[in-house]
Amino acid sequence: MNKTDYDLIVIGGGPAGLAAAIGAYDAGEKNILILERDTRLGGILNQCIHNGFGLHTFQEELTGPEYAQRFADLVLERGIECRLDTMVVSVGTDAEGIKEVAAVNETDGLLRLRTRALILAMGCRERSRGALNIPGFRPAGIFSAGTAQRLVNIEGYLPGRRVVILGSGDIGLIMARRMTLEGAKVLVCAELMPYSGGLKRNIVQCLDDFGIPLRLSHTVVRIEGKERVEGVVLAKVGSDRKPIPGTEEHYECDTLLLSVGLLPENELTVGLGAEMSRVTGGPVVNESLETSVPGVFAAGNVLHVHDLVDYVSEEAKLAGESAAAYVRECREAEQAGTEKSRDRIPVGFSGGIRYTVPSSVDPGRVRHWIKFRFRVGEVMTNRRVVLSIDGESVLSRKRRVMAPGEMEELVLTKKVLDAHPDMKSLEIRIEEDN
Amino acid sequence: MNTVNLTCIGCPLGCQIEVMMGDDNEILLITGNTCPRGESYARKEVTAPTRIVTSSVRVYGSRTGERMVSLKTASDIPKDRIMDVIRDLRGVAVPCPVRIGDVLFKDVAGTGVDMIATKNVD
Ligand SMILES: Cc1cc2nc3c(=O)[nH]c(=O)nc-3n(C[C@H](O)[C@H](O)[C@H](O)COP(=O)(O)OP(=O)(O)OC[C@H]3O[C@@H](n4cnc5c(N)ncnc54)[C@H](O)[C@@H]3O)c2cc1C
Ligand code: SF4
Repeated sequence: MNKTDYDLIVIGGGPAGLAAAIGAYDAGEKNILILERDTRLGGILNQCIHNGFGLHTFQEELTGPEYAQRFADLVLERGIECRLDTMVVSVGTDAEGIKEVAAVNETDGLLRLRTRALILAMGCRERSRGALNIPGFRPAGIFSAGTAQRLVNIEGYLPGRRVVILGSGDIGLIMARRMTLEGAKVLVCAELMPYSGGLKRNIVQCLDDFGIPLRLSHTVVRIEGKERVEGVVLAKVGSDRKPIPGTEEHYECDTLLLSVGLLPENELTVGLGAEMSRVTGGPVVNESLETSVPGVFAAGNVLHVHDLVDYVSEEAKLAGESAAAYVRECREAEQAGTEKSRDRIPVGFSGGIRYTVPSSVDPGRVRHWIKFRFRVGEVMTNRRVVLSIDGESVLSRKRRVMAPGEMEELVLTKKVLDAHPDMKSLEIRIEEDN
Repeated sequence: MNTVNLTCIGCPLGCQIEVMMGDDNEILLITGNTCPRGESYARKEVTAPTRIVTSSVRVYGSRTGERMVSLKTASDIPKDRIMDVIRDLRGVAVPCPVRIGDVLFKDVAGTGVDMIATKNVD
């Protein structure tokens, strides 16, 4: 008979799930289960074979599979239970606040598991072409960049010979280089916005190194071919992002790769009734990375899309530690018969910030510091990020440049928080720096 | 004399750097960088640019049914040798099991650098 009751279940065995489980284990909770639908741990990193991972965490440049293996080893060393090939199909809570997890796999069929705390670490998926509005037929030869990455790196199959890439997100840039190395001709990378959402390093080392042009403020206006892609037509777009007639250019190609953004994978989260953010597509969380459902935490790309896996690991560790603290509190509450109170001060923001994680703070639950992560809506230069408590500026950091493609961080220490014991409001804003 | 245009990758600012080179390929002037890091980046890029190369090759005999193993150069190689390295890897297959760090090819394309596995495949 399989075990069914846990203190913590982690859904997803990618970098977020692994770091979360390690964080909880090291904080003293050992009764943990990781559920992963794939045949191996590591998540999306298994197909990201390029280097550049882990600079922050390990002070060396690792490839995706190496980074994933380091965390998988830490999980295995601790003897944390993992079930692979197991897909979670629903989650819920019972009247006592115990979480119920239903999962399926080939050997057990349907599994019904129970846990005090739950960590959501399901990652994200790529926006599909359905989300785009390109007229024409839907011939073969259109792939998302991540799908192409899996085909080339895991399956060993080159999906096309003459390639146009729409979108300059990092995965698209990485695939421009990868397909070039595998013998394909990448003709152009077109980006709708006047700036690229990808890292500078990727633009230089994946496009410039191979002479692949980046056309900013351009989009695909037509896809040609009925059975297979035979060509695409690009056009320049105006400031309204609408194609400008007369600027069309034709490219003969057999493949169109789409790298048009990622969406957190949150069907389960929505099913649980957690409050969602319309900006990030992920759940709304507090300083402990706890969703609006007590005892349910989230970290990694399921919460908000990250560009650097190091931040994912760091964030997930906190989610794991918070989950362990929650489990401990549950036990204490059962013994004492009283619950620790909760406070919820919303985090306000302005001046071009699109969202913040966390979006609320309980000062009593901050251990050493809070790291606010946020993104801005447009490229900005010479600014200051200012954090104020009850209208008084308590932190101010210079930023020479901020861009939508780069996640920003701001650390508020417990010392500063403690100096404002009765705080009522907290706001982060961006100001001009003169 | 000629000029080389570069994008600095040191930080998100991505300064456009212009390097003026003399007839003997000596650096005459570096402009456009906002900080010293940009200058040293530009110096390296025009004199001896290097890259880590990553790829994946077929495996055979995998117990878990895997088809590919990923690999990388053990250290940087000159940028203009990237294609030679890739050419050397074409059509090869390696036996399982493979562990991270295993040397799969010695002295790839005569660069003096080995290719090592970046994934465990059983
Ligand atoms: C294609 C791609 C390329 C990237 N390239 C880079 C890069 O070059 N450098 C960098 O630093 N970062 C990169 N990133 C970002 C970084 O890899 C991610 O931030 C990181 O992998 C996110 O970790 P995660 O654990 O949140 O998600 P994931 O790695 O996606 O892991 C989520 C895991 O949850 C599992 N799962 C989902 N739903 C269920 C379910 N219902 N039941 C069971 N299991 C489930 C999935 O199978 C998966 O293993 C890339 C991301 C993507 C998508
Ligand atoms: S020159 Fe300095 S400021 Fe400019 S991109 Fe490079 S590191 Fe950043």
